[in-house]
Amino acid sequence: MVDQIAPAVGESTVDVLEYLGITVNFLDDQTCCGQPAFNSGFRSEALPVATRFIELFERVEGPIVVPSGSCAAMVRNYYGDLFRDDTNLVERAKRVGERLYELTEFISHFFGTKAIAGRLDNSATYHKCCHLLREIGVEEQPLEMLFQVEGLEMTPLERADVCCGFGGAFSVKMPDISSAILDEKLDYIEATKANMVIAADTGCVYQMQGGLRRRGSDVQVVHIAEVLSKSIKNVGRAESSE
Amino acid sequence: MKPLTVNFRSKAAETLQDAQIQQSIEHVYTGFFKGRLEAAGDTPEWEELRTKGKAIKDHTIAHLDYYLGQLADNVEKNGGSVFFAEDAAEARKHIIDLAHKREIKTVIKSKSMVSEEMGLAEAMNDEGFETIETDLGEYIIQLAGETPYHLIAPAVHKSRTDVAKLLDDDFKEGDPVPDATELTMMAREKLRGVFERADMSVTGVNFAVAESGSIALVTNEGNGRMSTTVPRVHVAVMGMEKIIPSIQDLSTMLRILIRSATGQRISTYVTMVNGKRKPDEEEGPEEFHLVIMNNGRQKLLADPQMRESLNCIRCGACLNACPVYRKVGGHAYGWVYPGPIGAIVTPVLTGLKDASNLPNASSLCGACHDACPVKINIPRMLLELRYRTAEGSSDIEERTSGAKERGIWKAWRIGMMGRKRFDWAARLSRIVLLPIARNGWLKKTPPPISGWTSTRDFPLTASKSLKSRLSSRAKKAK
Repeated sequence: MVDQIAPAVGESTVDVLEYLGITVNFLDDQTCCGQPAFNSGFRSEALPVATRFIELFERVEGPIVVPSGSCAAMVRNYYGDLFRDDTNLVERAKRVGERLYELTEFISHFFGTKAIAGRLDNSATYHKCCHLLREIGVEEQPLEMLFQVEGLEMTPLERADVCCGFGGAFSVKMPDISSAILDEKLDYIEATKANMVIAADTGCVYQMQGGLRRRGSDVQVVHIAEVLSKSIKNVGRAESSE
Repeated sequence: MKPLTVNFRSKAAETLQDAQIQQSIEHVYTGFFKGRLEAAGDTPEWEELRTKGKAIKDHTIAHLDYYLGQLADNVEKNGGSVFFAEDAAEARKHIIDLAHKREIKTVIKSKSMVSEEMGLAEAMNDEGFETIETDLGEYIIQLAGETPYHLIAPAVHKSRTDVAKLLDDDFKEGDPVPDATELTMMAREKLRGVFERADMSVTGVNFAVAESGSIALVTNEGNGRMSTTVPRVHVAVMGMEKIIPSIQDLSTMLRILIRSATGQRISTYVTMVNGKRKPDEEEGPEEFHLVIMNNGRQKLLADPQMRESLNCIRCGACLNACPVYRKVGGHAYGWVYPGPIGAIVTPVLTGLKDASNLPNASSLCGACHDACPVKINIPRMLLELRYRTAEGSSDIEERTSGAKERGIWKAWRIGMMGRKRFDWAARLSRIVLLPIARNGWLKKTPPPISGWTSTRDFPLTASKSLKSRLSSRAKKAK
């Protein structure tokens, strides 16, 4: 999803990591972790794709960073179920999973939530994406990072930890239920009067942005990697012009 | 109760359009959900209690035969009788036969989801016994001829006007609507006489304590205590998983159950029943009967992937936390147990084929897992059932995925197994959709994602993939 629909999120992720002094190695051969098929019940289709993921990332060393709590949850929490008939794969998946971090988790874990000091003049609110919150257990760190961004006025979002209704294939299979959940989310978003909603998973970003657009709203939904990347660039630009 | 799980989609669609229900059901979040958070926040050892609760249930379910045996022995030692019912029909017949033998006229029922599985109240009324629900919510539902909407708040979807209409035959649209206290008094007046003339009671069981042969009932209205003391025959019904080893365990379980259910620290009544009246006692029933029902639970027990669902203590916290339940309501789930817990136990207990929509009606947000006082990993089991409906079941009847859906995922897999194909497929989708896109967004999309654009815009594939953006960036850097 990031690779083909939201490459700017991926590039922003690289920006942020490079800002922190990390050399980023993007594996050109990568595709998907297999979650869409796994979550839809088609484990025999997910299995080779997930195995391919393991094989690919076993060949390199170091931490693996993904700008998605949902992909991180798949590898860390659900590969064990997917591979349950193959103890060898379960073990290999576990080792890859131990190296894998969601972006904000990675930054806060290794660099702290104050490591990025950027500037972005705007008003925003933050939606807590479900898998990052409940599968990975990252709740306050992204907010703390956003509080560091100078000029960014953050307004709390009512029921920020309630799902936006995305849920992958669920959003397409049962669009009326998915949208009813989304509508509640969008009402709370609009009530904040913020210009921007920040979230940490592209699925949720597009669910909310797609719904807001259909409503005719101008509110922008932005991935946290893009916010951080922009805020760093704004400071860099200001410094170089001085 | 006959499962109507097959109607999930139509019932859900109906509820989504019902503004009154949408408003009434908000209470499960603003009342119960927030109450639980507050109660948990005020309990410093909350997480340890949950861990302990899970350990108690894991242990009990792993040794269920032993504890059921111990429970039965101790109930009998206390002078009660125990009947193991294989299914709902057997349980119903046993209780109805008993009522005939004892020449019962009036039966009072307190809330019990297991008795809903049996369709007991309706069956007993059909047999000529006056059978009245005494829990206020259940009473309202009985008058309305409906089934419970929620595990602990069966009439949560009813407005005060709805309730007034049911309790007062003379109530007309436009009359001033009585408040909750007035409505309760109206019900109380009607129920008081029934309590007085009842000669048999049927209650549920919140926990059966194996070591003492006692049962615990948690209520807020006192109807449970009346039911266990006034009539001469008391029948308690339970699913075979509603058991814990000891009184110490009961203290843990009551604390997590009540906080998780309503946010109360303790319910108004916690009733412990140790069987029938003893010779030196002045009050209590002359007979105590415990009916322990299987009704498919053995299937859950024998199923390592689904067994954990037997840990459920029926607090309803997962319903209150669930964004889907709060939109589609309790009746969409089509059987006794609604919400996330219903979505995992109903398909196993009543048949996955008709209930295949239940595990799929979830965004997998995990709020249920977070809310569960015994930490049941409901999302994991939803995924397991999806796997069975898609391709994993050994029973061909259970596989409900169509050839088209299977084809889509096969194509998806082929596309994901090589980077070139992955890029090629993405480029193709852009070429096809570009003519109908506006500013990178689509108002309409072809199947299989047409459902998305019925309510939301869909993003067009980007002009360049991340891979190509990063490789041109690397070139620039050089």
